[in-house]
Amino acid sequence: MSDITVILLTLVTTALINNVVLSQFMGLCPFLGVSKQIKTAAGMGAAVIFVITVASALTSALYRGILLPLELTYLNTIVFIAVIAALVQFAEMFLRKFSPPLYNALGVYLPLITTNCAVLGAALTNVQKDYSFGMSVLSGFGTAAGFAIAIIIMAGIREKMAHAPIPKAFRGMPITLLIAGLMAIAFMGFGSIA
Amino acid sequence: MSSEQIIAILIASGIVAALGVVVGIFLGISGKLLAVPTDEKAEAIRECLPGSNCGGCGYSGCDALAAAISKGEAPIDACPGCDQEAIDKIAAILGQDSVESVRRVAFVKCSGGCQETRFIYQYYGDSDCHRAALVPGRGDKACAYGCVGLGSCVKACPFDAIHIVGGRAEVIYDKCRACGKCIAACPNHLIELLPATAGYAVRCFSQEKGKVVKEMCDAGCIGCGICAKICPTHAITIDNNIAHIDQTLCTGCGKCADKCPAHVIISPFANAKAVAEATEA
Repeated sequence: MSDITVILLTLVTTALINNVVLSQFMGLCPFLGVSKQIKTAAGMGAAVIFVITVASALTSALYRGILLPLELTYLNTIVFIAVIAALVQFAEMFLRKFSPPLYNALGVYLPLITTNCAVLGAALTNVQKDYSFGMSVLSGFGTAAGFAIAIIIMAGIREKMAHAPIPKAFRGMPITLLIAGLMAIAFMGFGSIA
Repeated sequence: MSSEQIIAILIASGIVAALGVVVGIFLGISGKLLAVPTDEKAEAIRECLPGSNCGGCGYSGCDALAAAISKGEAPIDACPGCDQEAIDKIAAILGQDSVESVRRVAFVKCSGGCQETRFIYQYYGDSDCHRAALVPGRGDKACAYGCVGLGSCVKACPFDAIHIVGGRAEVIYDKCRACGKCIAACPNHLIELLPATAGYAVRCFSQEKGKVVKEMCDAGCIGCGICAKICPTHAITIDNNIAHIDQTLCTGCGKCADKCPAHVIISPFANAKAVAEATEA
């Protein structure tokens, strides 16, 4: 397989087939919490893409450069969490400086990217599958792109749904969770690509 | 423990510590580079606000209100809990002219305490007005409109300004900050905010006909309409068998209070002040 095929295949696999939200059920908190408007959802998606991609690169480098040679792989979780927390903090400061409206719109969900298990999940998956550095960055980016795709689609549906005559009992979270389930079924269709 | 194990532990802790230092330095530097100038005015205004986060202003708390005032989104007297001194300070911070604040105080529209009102049964149950109001007759008092007297408003008050005195809720004039928590807590919607300058108010909310009211309570508005007839400024209206005084029209002459056969029109805060003195003494 040529390099381009590998890159494309990795991106499709991580973003669509193994979509982090809809087939692995990680990162549901921001997925449900910040998906009311396409604009903020896109902002959240961009922030997560930044955090996961950079976190994948850093954690992979740390793992291959320090933890593996010194046989300290049991420090995975604590080291990765520290890196992720620092990155989220940085993303928060960056947004506060350069995009205060987005900072206000994301609210508490921005620091909560730290506890978004999709971030730690992506980093740990890279280590588990023993990806190389480049491959880790690629699959991290793909995972994050999958998150962004899912949350933006969800926001689009919810924006339309605001004007729909939904039965009272289903308004708010119930209909949102039902939609998430239907989206997950739809994304199962990508499984046949593999 | 062998020395190898100790070295392994030291290396592990060294790496985690080093990571912590690197992260700390990175965040420290980027924090300096990306520093956002905080709104000094908002912080100064925040100092003037009561800090009880009662939510009476409609914002999520004192911090949010301070930010809104400094941006000009909220008027400088938006805080119901601020006295004139605090409003003057906020005006000085913003370089504006101060405004005269109209202090408002909560007022309970029921005179029916244990002495005045008949009881139709003994209520044994949860000490909560909302629960008691679900029982037929809306509580043990004969009047279904009056103060249930179990103190849901007392629990709701963040300032300890409302108490059950003699079977009915009574607001302590000095402590009330008009946050409106008790208004939301009363199942019978008996509490309203009156300007502290209010001369007279109807201390009853019964919408029953006069005869029924007389059977139930010695201190109930019978809807006779004498007050409405004699009021020189037409500030009083009778609606659903209950008199209501429009405070914007009331001049505080007191003629209605003199003529009221049920003695249910009172000077609201003169009485409340007396209660405050009585509880302190």
